[in-house]
Amino acid sequence: MSQIETLGAEQTHSQRESRLDVEKIRKEFPILRQRPHGKPLVYLDNAATTQKPQSVIDAVASYYSEANSNIHRGVHYLSEKATNIYESARKRAQRFVNAPDSREIIFVRGTTEAINLVCSSYGGTHIGEGDEVIISHMEHHSNIVPWQMLCQRTGAILRVIPINEEGELRMDEFAKLLGPRTKFVSVVHVSNSLGTINPVKQIVEMAHAQGVPVLVDGAQSTPHMKIDVQDLGCDFYTCSGHKVFGPTGIGFLYGKSEHLDVMPPYHGGGDMIKYVSFDKTVYNELPYKFEAGTPNISGVAGLAAAFDFIDDIGHAAIEAHELELLRYGAEKIGAIDGLRLIGTAQHKASVISFVMDDIHSHDIGTFVDHEGVAIRVGHHCTQPVMQHFGVPATSRASFAFYNTRSEIDTLINALHKVIDIFRG
Amino acid sequence: MTDLQELYQQVILDHNKSPRNFGALENAASAEGFNPLCGDSIKLYLVVNDGMVEDLRFEGSGCAISKASASIMTTLVKGKSVSEAQKMFDVFHNLVTEGADAGNDSVELGKMAVFEGVREFPARVKCASLAWHTLHNALLGKESVASTE
Ligand SMILES: Cc1ncc(COP(=O)(O)O)c(C=O)c1O
Repeated sequence: MSQIETLGAEQTHSQRESRLDVEKIRKEFPILRQRPHGKPLVYLDNAATTQKPQSVIDAVASYYSEANSNIHRGVHYLSEKATNIYESARKRAQRFVNAPDSREIIFVRGTTEAINLVCSSYGGTHIGEGDEVIISHMEHHSNIVPWQMLCQRTGAILRVIPINEEGELRMDEFAKLLGPRTKFVSVVHVSNSLGTINPVKQIVEMAHAQGVPVLVDGAQSTPHMKIDVQDLGCDFYTCSGHKVFGPTGIGFLYGKSEHLDVMPPYHGGGDMIKYVSFDKTVYNELPYKFEAGTPNISGVAGLAAAFDFIDDIGHAAIEAHELELLRYGAEKIGAIDGLRLIGTAQHKASVISFVMDDIHSHDIGTFVDHEGVAIRVGHHCTQPVMQHFGVPATSRASFAFYNTRSEIDTLINALHKVIDIFRG
Repeated sequence: MTDLQELYQQVILDHNKSPRNFGALENAASAEGFNPLCGDSIKLYLVVNDGMVEDLRFEGSGCAISKASASIMTTLVKGKSVSEAQKMFDVFHNLVTEGADAGNDSVELGKMAVFEGVREFPARVKCASLAWHTLHNALLGKESVASTE
């Protein structure tokens, strides 16, 4: 009896902790006041990019109005101020994914550039003819094409982990693919088109047992869940700022220093050198070796503000809220006549992809847009996933912590309007 | 009529549901079109003899706009000369990008007029023109896959 009571008390306590004040949070996002086609904006395209809170917008603006200067080179007041903003953001990013050392955080434009950096610098020196690189069937094009290009250049071979009908990785097949020729594994943590959360910790363990390093594409995981790269054990991890409520054109690559130290620079230029003469150049140390040229300083300032914003809300609250939206949405949307959910993995982030037998995604997208609802329609830069499910495109609703149940209802009403017109 | 109703006129919904001249054609030349933005694809089958488009069919997957456009195109072009077909391509192109008044006064828009609403939807212009671009390239004798990008 007393045990039951304690349990009950614990539940309310954790519920209270994870309760998130959505209306208050929404006020922080000025764009949510937009009224497309005269209707309140219902923004359900968060997997493509997320909206920005006022604090991020302010951080970018105040960098330009109060600190703008070049970094790492001036001795003057502003240059020190700007360098400070930039380098403390690196420490902020380090904390965000619990990296052991801030030298292991390289600022890049986003996940695409992070993968290209690793592919060309690590891949270019460690992967050769006959070697194998393993990716999965659910990768974003940005984790396919760079590896294909590397394979074309070097004669290496690309291997692909298949997925099942739910849109989950076939781990048994992965075990079979891992072999003496495997030199690298690069997989997505959360699929942008299916929502599947992959067992990356297990993937890393299996790969490491064979001495193979692993890159994890974190573009879609970082907005939704707490990431601890030391716990995952991965060698590289990527983050796109614009998907975590930060600015576009900025993100970071985490890499273990044991790799980054021996990898050659990716781009040559200023900032990445210690000493240059026409005879020889001595490269700078980490992380500067990989940050040639004047970086996106205002973006970095905004990115740090975004991490503050997320951590202020707290991952527990975010995950609980999004899980509820996912359950509610999957049940309600899944119940629509003639609609098929694409991606029904057991472990999922708040992404719902679907197709209708008789109504193409583009038509759905145009109709719901007229009700103020923004969803993504198309192949979501994952054409192999579309081929697997035998569909040319899907409609995708993806939720962030500022979304609500009533917004999902608005989407569903809009879907019924499309159906009435097309099946009417 | 709202913009949306103008885009999805009954004629378009009809052709989407029951497209005309749909399906493969044996012993015919073929041409493919692809919209990389959405993954939609179309395959045209044509029989051209003595400068006349004697037969024209299509298959593929696409939205209502692209399917209806392909369907209506086959009904318009079948039996016309190649040069008439190319002229129609120009008219259609103008219609969906510039609108009905732009330089089309001398031509009878006919069934094409239902696509007038498309130009209010920049994201959908490519859907409407995919079939026409594919035909245009096929008639010019271009081997490559047509793309609306
Ligand atoms: C899973 C995944 N990987 C990589 C990317 C590419 O990220 P970015 O465009 O920010 O470089 C995306 C963006 O859509 C994504 O969803």
